[in-house]
Amino acid sequence: MRNTLLFASTMALLAPAAFACETWTVGDLSVTHAWSRATIGADRPAVFYVEVTNKGSADDALIGIKTPIASMPMLHETVVTDGVASMPHAMSVGVPAGATTELTPGGFHGMLMGLTAALKEGDSFPVTLTFERAGDITIDVEVVSMRGTGPSCEDGN
Amino acid sequence: MRLTRLQIGLWTAAIAALIIFVATQWTAESEGQVVESFRPNFALADGAGTIRTSDEFRGKFLLVFFGFTNCPDVCPTTLSEVAQVMDDLGPDAGKVQPVFISVDPERDRRLGLDAFTQAFHPSILGLAGDEPATRAAAKSFKIFYEREDDPNAPDGYAMSHSPALYLIGPQGEWLRQFTYGTPAAEILTDLKERL
Repeated sequence: MRNTLLFASTMALLAPAAFACETWTVGDLSVTHAWSRATIGADRPAVFYVEVTNKGSADDALIGIKTPIASMPMLHETVVTDGVASMPHAMSVGVPAGATTELTPGGFHGMLMGLTAALKEGDSFPVTLTFERAGDITIDVEVVSMRGTGPSCEDGN
Repeated sequence: MRLTRLQIGLWTAAIAALIIFVATQWTAESEGQVVESFRPNFALADGAGTIRTSDEFRGKFLLVFFGFTNCPDVCPTTLSEVAQVMDDLGPDAGKVQPVFISVDPERDRRLGLDAFTQAFHPSILGLAGDEPATRAAAKSFKIFYEREDDPNAPDGYAMSHSPALYLIGPQGEWLRQFTYGTPAAEILTDLKERL
């Protein structure tokens, strides 16, 4: 565990472009820790995780994602009911006022289907997030290894 | 109807027993333990098409996970944890065999099973049998999986499945399950106590 931490922090320091640490803002929202995992080929869907903080006083919601690297990007939620995991399509992900909402493993995530090419570790690609109130923002998503559990700059991974 | 003192006593005892029984069952469930052990088994094709059976791994601990390779969130998360456990086991890694059993065998064989499991850890054995063999394996592990038609999923369907990780002992006995999201460090600690 300690080794992983050390490795992760070393990697974060060495990373030439730590996209995931970058923060983008649109209206009252700040968006950070955008990451994805490498894929084998382009036939399997890729994943997309991100963190959104709403500093405003009005609730917002993430209602759509778009990216040039996938023809069918969608929001999904992993739900475990009675010991069975399924992955229903999510129409929107709430971004309540004064709170941080995470798209994270085992919860909400973007599912990027119809990839134009395989995602390789170290790549980055743009994703446009559409929020109900704040509107659109385009961010860069960092591709970590298939075994990645978080963006390379995140503490504690 | 008036109840005698004895009847009241018996009813109280019965209700208390029921409460204790339910509570114990619930605790056992939530801790991933079962009262009775059983021996799950499988006979499924590996990436090369060779039938692999649970019997050939006697003497080793098995870490078994059911999933499908088209699954972007749950399956990579669990396989990453398994990979981390295998790395952290160090010299003891040879005593543990991780196995990924596909609940979507036809598509997974087409997409390539070995490339997927190897990308997480070279020690992970990927298995994708035919439909009856997969059903039989799931039944013996007492797990559930189902194909769900979903126009928003690749090829129009996704698989729902039990996402836990199962630990099988060297004699083939079911030991415990790790619920989805159990950190690798916790799995490692449990394994090290047994090795």
